[in-house]
Amino acid sequence: MGKTISEKILSKASNSDAYAGDIVVANIDFAMAQDGTAPLTIKALEEMGVDKVWDNKRIALVFDHNAPSPSEGVSKLHAMMRNWGRKQGVILYDVGSGVCHQLLPEQGHVPPGGVVVGADSHTCTYGALGAFATGIGSTDMAVVFASGKLWFRVPETLLVMVEGKLPEGVYAKDIVLTVIGKVTASGANYMAVEYAGNTVRDLSVEARMTLCNMAVEMGGKTGIVAPDSKTIQYVEERMAKNQYQIFSSDSDADYIKRLEIDATDLVPVVACPHEVDNVKPVSEVEGTSVDQVYIGTCTNGRIEDLRIAAKVLKNQKIKPITIITPASREVYLQALKEGLIEIFVKAGAVVCNPGCGPCVGTHQGIPSPGYTVVSTANRNFKGRMGSDEAEIYLASPHTAAVAAVRGKITDPRSYP
Amino acid sequence: MIRGRVWKFPNDVNTDYIIPGKYKFKTLDMNELAKHAMEGIDPDFAKKVEKGDIIVAGKNFGMGSSREQAPLVLKYAGVSLVIAEDFARIFYRNAFNVGLPVLICREINEKVDQGDILEVDLRSGKIVNATKKVEISASPIPDFLLEMVEVGGLAEYYKKYRKFPWEKG
Repeated sequence: MGKTISEKILSKASNSDAYAGDIVVANIDFAMAQDGTAPLTIKALEEMGVDKVWDNKRIALVFDHNAPSPSEGVSKLHAMMRNWGRKQGVILYDVGSGVCHQLLPEQGHVPPGGVVVGADSHTCTYGALGAFATGIGSTDMAVVFASGKLWFRVPETLLVMVEGKLPEGVYAKDIVLTVIGKVTASGANYMAVEYAGNTVRDLSVEARMTLCNMAVEMGGKTGIVAPDSKTIQYVEERMAKNQYQIFSSDSDADYIKRLEIDATDLVPVVACPHEVDNVKPVSEVEGTSVDQVYIGTCTNGRIEDLRIAAKVLKNQKIKPITIITPASREVYLQALKEGLIEIFVKAGAVVCNPGCGPCVGTHQGIPSPGYTVVSTANRNFKGRMGSDEAEIYLASPHTAAVAAVRGKITDPRSYP
Repeated sequence: MIRGRVWKFPNDVNTDYIIPGKYKFKTLDMNELAKHAMEGIDPDFAKKVEKGDIIVAGKNFGMGSSREQAPLVLKYAGVSLVIAEDFARIFYRNAFNVGLPVLICREINEKVDQGDILEVDLRSGKIVNATKKVEISASPIPDFLLEMVEVGGLAEYYKKYRKFPWEKG
């Protein structure tokens, strides 16, 4: 019987002939923890009595969720991460480097065909490069730091086939939100979500990251896209040829579910408060007054997202508070070079340092109770941005930028 | 044998409800964080819950973030067990890793009401609703996870045996 790309990668990583449902112990190619999860990982390693990591060149600690630190408590945890990281000689991406899920692919730590784990649920983003990548907890991460291995249940796969040309004003974010609306927040529980079809092929590697990033919002273990020439080009700029391997699903691979999407039918959508699967066409909520806009995060803080926002914000003045966070230092520098940052600042937006920004509700723009936020992030749970009484709409960078200019939710296709 | 009083919760209880992000990044002091357990969905939960109590929930319990603080705060708040129709996968692994047992039981919500007293045998998955005098069966926990949770979690297991539960020999 044929195999899915996920079954092939986990077979290789575990030196076994693995199919969905099997439990395997897989070798890990790269492991990451961030400042919300690394401290517990370090504590678990200490409890376990492990004083040396398995391979310090394959481990990164990223300071992104609370960076720069908003409190003394966080600063102490950052200091503890730095001290431990330097002692072990692991890779440190300190304050200002960017969001972990941008840094790992961008800095060449995600080999296609490899297994990458992160102590962060959105680790599934890296499937966009044809790797098997999944989020794990801090103690599981301690096991990986100690041994370079972890057990996995090989997932069944949901195949999402997207065919057709995307209409104007419709983006990868609209595709994935539409998919989540159909599949529901638990509909892909434990599964790999494999995206295929000519629409996906037409998307950039970055836009595919947006698709894979949100696989976890339907319960998925990973999002994944088989590599093609675009993937290879992206990877070749970042790592040596012998470090990766290209896999794709067999034509007779077994899928537990299939979902077919005709891209030509798609419209701009938003996920309405307070569930990611509460997805509606923008036209249905048009006119909703907006108090804050956030453009950034591991879902939509990449250069092409900033370009889309800048196109809308050029020579305009924002109405609500607008916060823009480039996903990494590299993205920030590129945006500076292209004049995008100047456009944002002139429009009246606040440009924050690379990092997670206000997405997790700890700093850099906690909304007031009663405020409505349009955000390019991946979660709109009640309280997510720090206020239980704020209403969060998730949208594409285009829809978010238009909301910033209009002060209300507006169908981006009708703009200007 | 676990015996405790039931607190019921709906489907899709996410990790931001279990421990809001605004608290979890600040400290590793779980007793402190446990004061905010379930605050996002039931602000008084940490005050009401007593040692040994059991959470019963619907589908997809623990969806969202990979934060291990979620099962940890429940454990430190005194929760002895979570029984749900099913779990989000990262939460499921994290719970066993930190020594909080969880059981999957599709019919739990039909057979149990808020405040009922349950007696649960983890090994067999047998649940007795002592208040209603009915028996319910949950899916049994895989052996290696049970061994892990019985010694208090994955770090404890490694400390005790110098190997991981899935390693042979």
